[in-house]
Amino acid sequence: MSAALRLIARLDVKDRYLVKGIQYEGLRKLGDPHDFALDYYRQGIDELLYLDTVASLYGRNNLSGILERVTRDVFIPITAGGGLRSVEDVGTVLKAGADKAAINTAALLRPQLISEVARAFGSQCMVLSIQAKRRDPLNPAAGWEAYYDNGREHSGRDVLEWAREAQQLGAGEILLTGVDREGVRRGLDQELIQAVCSEVTIPVIAAGGASNSGDLMQAARLGAGAVAMGSLLHYKQATIPQLKKELAENGVEVRPCIQQ
Amino acid sequence: MHPTVTIVDYGRSNLLSVQRALEYCGATVEYASTPEQVAAAGALVLPGVGAFADGMNLLRESGLARAVCTRARQGVPLLGICLGMQFLFDSSSEGGITPGLGLLPGTVEAIPGHTTQGQPLRVPHIGWAPLYPAQQREGFSGSTLEAIPVKSQVYFVHGYRAMPAHQADRLADTLYGGHRICAAVQRGNITGVQFHPEKSGEVGLAILRTFLGSCPA
Repeated sequence: MSAALRLIARLDVKDRYLVKGIQYEGLRKLGDPHDFALDYYRQGIDELLYLDTVASLYGRNNLSGILERVTRDVFIPITAGGGLRSVEDVGTVLKAGADKAAINTAALLRPQLISEVARAFGSQCMVLSIQAKRRDPLNPAAGWEAYYDNGREHSGRDVLEWAREAQQLGAGEILLTGVDREGVRRGLDQELIQAVCSEVTIPVIAAGGASNSGDLMQAARLGAGAVAMGSLLHYKQATIPQLKKELAENGVEVRPCIQQ
Repeated sequence: MHPTVTIVDYGRSNLLSVQRALEYCGATVEYASTPEQVAAAGALVLPGVGAFADGMNLLRESGLARAVCTRARQGVPLLGICLGMQFLFDSSSEGGITPGLGLLPGTVEAIPGHTTQGQPLRVPHIGWAPLYPAQQREGFSGSTLEAIPVKSQVYFVHGYRAMPAHQADRLADTLYGGHRICAAVQRGNITGVQFHPEKSGEVGLAILRTFLGSCPA
């Protein structure tokens, strides 16, 4: 009924390097993010998501150079995030070639920023990034809390309430990362995806722990409009044509890899 | 052959992405931020990201709106992208009724929040979706979409949809929640696409190359 499931390559960047962490800790350098982006584009990825992993700590986003370079030979939607604190910061990454801005920390500290960005650039541009951690790993009924600063700081906010409020404030999409699963390739937190997808009507990008096409399929069935993948692609556990083939065979609509 | 294209710069929008895609397709890209620059352009691209009322205000205050209309009526190729396509119509209901450029008859309305079956529908419509010929059309031949096969997927990001008053202006549709959503319009030298060709991979680039083929070198 809705659009095809979008497969998003998530590129965590530190300085000039593509990095990958495990539950946001222990970053490992993997190489030049441009090489990865170009490879994924040619394979048929639907979107790119760049996150400056250390921007919040340094108080600035350093993605502009990387974005300006990627827009020369990659022609798919690009979301940029990490350390964006104002309408001006969002304007800077958009000018550098991003189409959407993902905001977490600054929105938690000042929710009105969501409305300001939506007003200036449209809701479709305002992606609220939520880092969700289970309150009690042994008791799913306790729900999830929104974290910031790469899962280090807790906000005290309930993830479902925050998602609903953000939608009302003008967020156009939610990037939902299950921090407990991030980088461990043990599968997405399906309960979290289902809970948030039933809470909001804007599209939800499921992230954190996708390990195979089965995870993607389940996320799509629970209502996710997109899945963001890091480790799964970076460590070449799966190719994009292979994932899309498996999804299509199982009745999940995807954009075909081979166009024309 | 290096067609020269002028992007209308009214202070909003993803100009760099549009520029890079056009350059990749072989165009020389210039910008117009004054009515005089628009009047001198041989071909125009009207990009658009953001809100209708805000964008139209900027176009009006700068005098660009009038200049674009004049130049388009003189027969210069004009491509409106996303919000830039919506500007082509008479008015939009986004943020109160706001008049548009009025180059094509019709209005711009919110995408319904429910499917044709009455189920909740996620809005904005974000993602890749196939292009179908509009009703009463056989295919895309003779249009700006002629280089791509029917059902090619392109990237959409929008919460509003154009409702052309004349079916003849309607070139392509996509389906979302069972609704036919106007995806492309064309009348003579004026083309509008609701999707982002600059973000639609090889399919989008093929569409831009066709448009560039109609632009003077």
